[in-house]
Amino acid sequence: MPKPKKAQILDAEGIRRALTRIAHEILERNHGTGQLVLIGILQRGDVLSHRIAEHIGRIEGAPPPVGALDITFHRDDLARSTQAAASNRPSHLPFDLEGKHVVLVDDVLYTGRSIRAAMDELNDYGRPRSVQLAVLVDRGHRELPIHADYVGKNVPTSQRENVAVHLREQDGEEGVFIYEREPGEEAKEG
Amino acid sequence: MPLQRKDLLGLEGLSGEEIQLILDTARSFKEVGQRPIKKVPALRGKTVVNLFFEPSTRTRTSFELAAKRLSADVVNFTASSSSLQKGECLLDTVRNIEAMNVHTIIMRHACSGAVNFVAEHIHASVVNAGDGTHEHPTQGLLDLYTIRECKHDFSGLVVTLVGDILHSRVARSNVHGLRKLGATVRVVGPATLVPRCFERLGVEVHHRLEEAITGADVINILRIQLERQDGKYFPSSREYANLYGINARRLGLAKPDVLIMHPGPMNRGIEISPRVADGPNSVILDQVTNGVAVRMAVLYLLSGGEGADENLD
Repeated sequence: MPKPKKAQILDAEGIRRALTRIAHEILERNHGTGQLVLIGILQRGDVLSHRIAEHIGRIEGAPPPVGALDITFHRDDLARSTQAAASNRPSHLPFDLEGKHVVLVDDVLYTGRSIRAAMDELNDYGRPRSVQLAVLVDRGHRELPIHADYVGKNVPTSQRENVAVHLREQDGEEGVFIYEREPGEEAKEG
Repeated sequence: MPLQRKDLLGLEGLSGEEIQLILDTARSFKEVGQRPIKKVPALRGKTVVNLFFEPSTRTRTSFELAAKRLSADVVNFTASSSSLQKGECLLDTVRNIEAMNVHTIIMRHACSGAVNFVAEHIHASVVNAGDGTHEHPTQGLLDLYTIRECKHDFSGLVVTLVGDILHSRVARSNVHGLRKLGATVRVVGPATLVPRCFERLGVEVHHRLEEAITGADVINILRIQLERQDGKYFPSSREYANLYGINARRLGLAKPDVLIMHPGPMNRGIEISPRVADGPNSVILDQVTNGVAVRMAVLYLLSGGEGADENLD
């Protein structure tokens, strides 16, 4: 049964504008694309990182390299999660991290635990020069000292709500929505 | 979807979906094995015991590496130096190990069914690392993984298992897994080692090698277990090599891109010629690489499934 959507926060146009702005901000902060790589957290962060890379490509002439990170095995809640199965795609980082400025990309920033897991995993691949974080939605309620450098939209939420990012490539529709969580439903990771 | 099971005892009891889940998860773990730091923290704080009542180097090492790459603590227990020598019964030994709060016991035993018996009587997860002539599920899974990696899809595939089918737990696990995923399975060997009753498992039974490997996509060559033979099942190793040994000439009957597999250890010059074992069609060492990834997937999924019903917040 599809859950009732409580509110739409961003539509397709809103997502596009937010990602365009993030692309500009990334370029401004990093003075261009030298040593810049984008790494999306599977699944939706991966989709978003490719879109941001496309925007950067249009602005600068060439897109930065893009990698993908599957953080399943680095999560701290294996025994408590019903989502033990790995994502359908393994991590794929087709470049050396040494000396790179990495921008991690995810859809929703919530507790910060996914980002903690992603940073741990990055360390297994190499030692980047710096790591920055871009998210489409920051919904608050951090449980770790983690902060996003680039935010598409800040959305104050209650802990009883879930935020869902739907992307064409992944979900067939485009938009960011807030749901009231059903009793017994797990909080979305984040 | 996690694997909702305490134990992995054989492929006979798994569904096709569960097998695919394990293979999908193994693909992610294979990537971990290619990183500069081949280790993830998924099973930090868990204890895994290797409990081997039969000698093994490859399988035990493979499980040990798999557990270590998941950050679990691993203890190796070998039967020859154990209190079984002092007359303790199997269940007491296992219960003593469980009482030290271990999460997973990986067990190999010479008696078919011994691993199932233990699994029924303890709370820890049990992984069958080979029981008698019954099953060797992780070997079956790594064979399936290796085939899927090269051939992508099982439907329409012809897989021929050659050799001592009667005594082979690897053959049984392969037959169950391949049938569930939709492959056509042929078994071939001397009539003494390949009984007709295998037809009941849905496979073609052959006694002439040429027939069985014609048009095959995969040839999985089982080890002739010289230690089990004592001269009863075929006249000599030399005759076996003449009739059932896979050599370069016979390979011509199979498809040009046939995969040559062998669970090891190989008797070069008996069931497989060195040219075939080291040739371009051989994926024998890939099987070993994939074995670690598949065993990581099994240990990981069994741990995740276990906690799912109890600790949900």
